[in-house]
Amino acid sequence: MEVSTILIQTMNGLQYGLLLFLIASGLTLIFGIMHIINLAHGALYMVGAYLVYWLTGLVGDLFLAILIGVPLAALLGVLIERFLIQALYRRDHLDQVLMTFGLIMVIDSLRSIIWGNDVHSVAIPELLSGSIQLTETLEYPVYRLFISAVCAVIALAMYLILQRTRLGMIIRGGSSNREMVQGLGINIRVIYTLVFAAGTALTAFAGMIAAPVSSVYPGMGNQILIIAFVVVVIGGLGSIRGAFLGALLVGLTATWGAVLVPQYAGMAVYVLMAVVLLFKPRGLFA
Amino acid sequence: MHALPRSIQLLLLALLLLMVAYPLFGAGLAGERHDFFLQQLTSIMILAIVALGLDLLVGVSGMVSLASAAFFGMAGYALVLFAPEYEAVSIWVALPVCLGITALAALLMGVLIIRTSGIFFIMVTIAFSQMLYYLFHDASFAGGSDGAYLFMKPQVAIAGVQLLDLENRTTLFYVVLTSLTLLFVLLRTFLRAPFGRVLLGIKENEQRVCAMGYNPLFYKLVAFVIAGTIAGYAGMLSATQYGFVSPGQLSWQMSAHILVMVILGGMGTLFGPILGAFAFEGLHHWFASLTPHWELPMGVVVICMVLLLPRGIAGLLLQLAARKGNPTDAVKGPRVSKQEVEQ
Repeated sequence: MEVSTILIQTMNGLQYGLLLFLIASGLTLIFGIMHIINLAHGALYMVGAYLVYWLTGLVGDLFLAILIGVPLAALLGVLIERFLIQALYRRDHLDQVLMTFGLIMVIDSLRSIIWGNDVHSVAIPELLSGSIQLTETLEYPVYRLFISAVCAVIALAMYLILQRTRLGMIIRGGSSNREMVQGLGINIRVIYTLVFAAGTALTAFAGMIAAPVSSVYPGMGNQILIIAFVVVVIGGLGSIRGAFLGALLVGLTATWGAVLVPQYAGMAVYVLMAVVLLFKPRGLFA
Repeated sequence: MHALPRSIQLLLLALLLLMVAYPLFGAGLAGERHDFFLQQLTSIMILAIVALGLDLLVGVSGMVSLASAAFFGMAGYALVLFAPEYEAVSIWVALPVCLGITALAALLMGVLIIRTSGIFFIMVTIAFSQMLYYLFHDASFAGGSDGAYLFMKPQVAIAGVQLLDLENRTTLFYVVLTSLTLLFVLLRTFLRAPFGRVLLGIKENEQRVCAMGYNPLFYKLVAFVIAGTIAGYAGMLSATQYGFVSPGQLSWQMSAHILVMVILGGMGTLFGPILGAFAFEGLHHWFASLTPHWELPMGVVVICMVLLLPRGIAGLLLQLAARKGNPTDAVKGPRVSKQEVEQ
């Protein structure tokens, strides 16, 4: 195998991993802080992609579409949290699984009614549509580097917010002891709504920037949900650090799996998960 | 387990008799659609079997598994792949092979995941069942996404004399009905035995059961394998009924549908999930006849069910039975009281 192939596949794997991090971090944040398992997280990724497809059709520019789309997605998150998720706080995980599964069915069919079941593509903006020369034989698409860069920046921002700001401190406190945080006079319900909206916005945003490379199709939500689950299982529930490492591992495994064992590529990620679980039953950073 | 209230027992008996009698009067009642209804009822009963097995995990032992479809589909594939291409395989060989493979797979998966619990357990069951889905979807040995066909249904014969003709739709209907009834009775009896009581106790308070000297992991593993094998048996029946298996039967979405049936019907009651299977499929067909976007009203039903009817249909029935002043304390539902665990 040539060096350039190794480099390309590794970069692809890292890019996929960083994108997965956006999605998985939302999932693990919502679980770690609110103790809610949100099966509809993948459907929201799909909503992001379809939103950007629709908005790009309306306003013509991908960046503008994302700028409009993210607040819309956050609003959707607020609505879902306010009307559905709030009923689940005292209930057990089974009820959460079922309700969010019902939510997937509703979101999927609404998408089918509004936008149909076809596969759509979203154009890469002019600015980012070229390739840059990395070595004399290697060209790499600029847009993929853009995705990686954006995800890395967001990951850093998330770390800084959670670890270095007062809001982050409140959020982390709310996951350890909800009543105590309330007792300190902080409205924990608003925090929860905020976290859920942020998680929704993150995953929708991931769908939006990924749309030009992955195209927009009906099954994309369910597909990415399971991978995100694997990331969270490998990383450990509630751990952002674990989600980051897990996402990179999964991204690299999936990409290299497709290259090395194409017939069993789909299974590669799950084998990785099984191996991790053998040694660390609760994930890497439980 | 508590004995069911008299009125519920009578209701279940009436439903059973109705099902037994259906093929006899169905032809007259439904005319040409009788065959279709027969097939549909058989298919629903097969799903009810899976739901029954899942209830053992979810309702009785408190383990939420989304892997039932994986075992269902796996057994179906095992039958199709194991059977010779143009000959009927003997049921005496096919049954142990399919059930054995499924039980083994459940054991292997169980050993890996049984130490997890709660939400982690749910997620790993989803992930592992997806792994199996991809195995059958991508690899070519099983026909990939096209699925695989079973040309001749298994033969049920002793010394060359045929006992049951599974090609006959009515015969298959009765075989499935008998399987469902027997499994239900078996599981209810099983739950009165010490092993079953430990399972009920584990759901109620696992640490306490542990403190009493039982190893909860062992009991949970056995429950997982039993539930998986029951799902596998249903999968074998399904492959026999349609003569076709496809990777979609292993997907986690299908497992989620089974879970909905269990909860809709009322988990922990064993009879609830059977009703739930009929209710879910009934709603599915009704909504599908109204619109191609049947998932929308179905999703709304599921959400409303979680919000408004957490104990499911069985819970509702048990409440009604209690209000009529039945002698058994059905109000508390199927949960074992603390005193019983301590005995």
